[in-house]
Amino acid sequence: MTDATVSTPVTATGLVPAPEPASSSRAQNRKARKNAAKGPKRKITWDLVWAQRALLAMAVPLLLYQILFKYVPVYGWAIAFQNFKPARGSSPWPGPRSLWNQQWVGLENFYNLFTGVMGERFIRVVINTIGQSVLTLTVGTLGAIVLALLLNEVKNLPFKRVLQNITYMPHFLSWVIVASMASVALSLPSSGGFINQGLMSLHIIDQPILFLTEPNYFWGIVAGTNLWKELGWNTIIYLAAITAIDPSLYESAEVDGAGRFRKMFSITLPSIRPTIVVLLIINSGWILSTNFELPYFLGNGLVSDRSETIDVFVLRYGYELGNYSLAIVAGIFKTIVAVILVGAANQAAKRLNQETLV
Amino acid sequence: MSSTTVAKPLARRAARGGSRRRKWTTERIIFTTLNTTFLLALAAVMVYPLLNTLAISLNDGMDAVRGGIGIWPRDFSLQNYNVVFNMHTIYQAFFISVLKTVVVVATNLFFTSMLAYALSRTEFIFRRPITVIFVLTMYFDAGLIPNYLLIKDLGMLNTFQAYWVPTIISAFNLIILRTYIKSIPEEIIESARMDGAGEFRTWWQIVMPLCKPALAVVGLFVAVGSWNAWLDTLLYASGNPALTTLQYELQKLLSSSMNAGVNSVAATGAAASGGQVTTPIALRSAITMVAAVPILFVYPFLQKHFVSGLMIGSVKG
Repeated sequence: MTDATVSTPVTATGLVPAPEPASSSRAQNRKARKNAAKGPKRKITWDLVWAQRALLAMAVPLLLYQILFKYVPVYGWAIAFQNFKPARGSSPWPGPRSLWNQQWVGLENFYNLFTGVMGERFIRVVINTIGQSVLTLTVGTLGAIVLALLLNEVKNLPFKRVLQNITYMPHFLSWVIVASMASVALSLPSSGGFINQGLMSLHIIDQPILFLTEPNYFWGIVAGTNLWKELGWNTIIYLAAITAIDPSLYESAEVDGAGRFRKMFSITLPSIRPTIVVLLIINSGWILSTNFELPYFLGNGLVSDRSETIDVFVLRYGYELGNYSLAIVAGIFKTIVAVILVGAANQAAKRLNQETLV
Repeated sequence: MSSTTVAKPLARRAARGGSRRRKWTTERIIFTTLNTTFLLALAAVMVYPLLNTLAISLNDGMDAVRGGIGIWPRDFSLQNYNVVFNMHTIYQAFFISVLKTVVVVATNLFFTSMLAYALSRTEFIFRRPITVIFVLTMYFDAGLIPNYLLIKDLGMLNTFQAYWVPTIISAFNLIILRTYIKSIPEEIIESARMDGAGEFRTWWQIVMPLCKPALAVVGLFVAVGSWNAWLDTLLYASGNPALTTLQYELQKLLSSSMNAGVNSVAATGAAASGGQVTTPIALRSAITMVAAVPILFVYPFLQKHFVSGLMIGSVKG
């Protein structure tokens, strides 16, 4: 059994504890941890590769698979430089058939999207994406923190568990279902619009509001629906952070005469601040990548100035109307910005995490 | 260090004792009442839309158009479900949705756990580069249309393969499973090797049974994701009516009602199917329930797992 004879000594070296970082300097600490995670450096020899052939057989086909389905599609980006007509692409050979027989136009599509004929619309699209994301993220984070704090005050555990399970539930419903229910809820009372009905019976409004045809409400509708769906789910991580707080902190605060709200603001919130900050930073990396389903399902001609986001633009204007070239330019823009933002956000989160936790 | 380990149980005992003896002060009564009221109201907001949809779906279609139905049907009728279950498309869609979910979960668990096992071995020489290539796919996306063109150029458009072949591994689930496998004591895996088990055998017979909790969580996430997906049908299979899914059918109904003047017009027009008459809003409610019921049905059985799963994932997200 070559596997056993080769791997045993290797794991044996892995069991040797990494040398304790003696220095207190942060940079050196980080370096030491990195080295410990990497393990001892080994030369890759053919013998070693042969000995690990079983592991390679497990990993390499799936690696090639992942490269094919996640990285190879980048060839489609070539369409950004073509005047692409779906019907034209064909070739007798296998491979990227769609790219054949197309007319190459250089950077024309980039000019058209950012400054030319589509410029005004695309700027609106980017603003909508950022606006909806920021509003959703702000409302969602605030809501989740408040709910986590309030749930934490519930001392009756079965009641708390029931509440948690009810609030987690919408997370598992599909966006189609949620959008469908939202469109009913926001419609006229005669179509089952219970929000209008409720507001009217409370005499907050006299006339029903056509929420989904009023552009100014659209960002709010997106944020509100997101809040409904993800509120409970988002509290999980904050509740976990709250449970990790040392109970003796509360004890000593009580001895000092701190009340409920004093403890909330002086112990709970500061203790979960690192979690809040890290989550906010990580989520802000996705600012261009969220908000697809709701604007696509609930958007309509009357509100498209406020509803259309980058993904919706790609799907509606690009895929459905066959304007692939401009849509791919928009897609490339989104992917590149997302990779930069997410990378920067992760770096920032990592640095912050280290400084608040170490 | 040692002082905190001693102090912690003491503090916990003190806290428990303290809470038992804590008096019902006026402040506490007021706060608890307000908090409970608020949380109950919130729970009502969470369940009301579903109960309302259920009530409309169980109400006579023509009567539902008048509006004003709360959480109880006004004119009880199974007519809408009768219409839904007489639609051949819905049967087909339900079957494809189930089949797709089963195949996607099975392939995902098999391949993701195999790769996670390989990447959890610290001695594996290409562990790092392979992990990086997978993790980067969490951030990098070639885009909707390039992905569509790949499926088209591979000849998978409008075939069942387009549903499961592109999605057998997700980097996020890979990290969850790898983190979990790493927490298995190395001695167990080593003793399997001592007994002469190769890598495949160790993975399948030793590691897989030990991973059941993590597999349950990943399976849940994958199943919910696959059941709830509609974009894959729109992009990859909308040219083949035999491959339609429930979510996609519901989405088509939704978008037709959105286009028809945001409900007001669509809701008053009648939809006929198989000689039976109902209205779009009632029909949509019935299909919504059909699409939501499997999720609501498995939810109570799985809810104890997913919190732990989220925690495993966040350890190294």
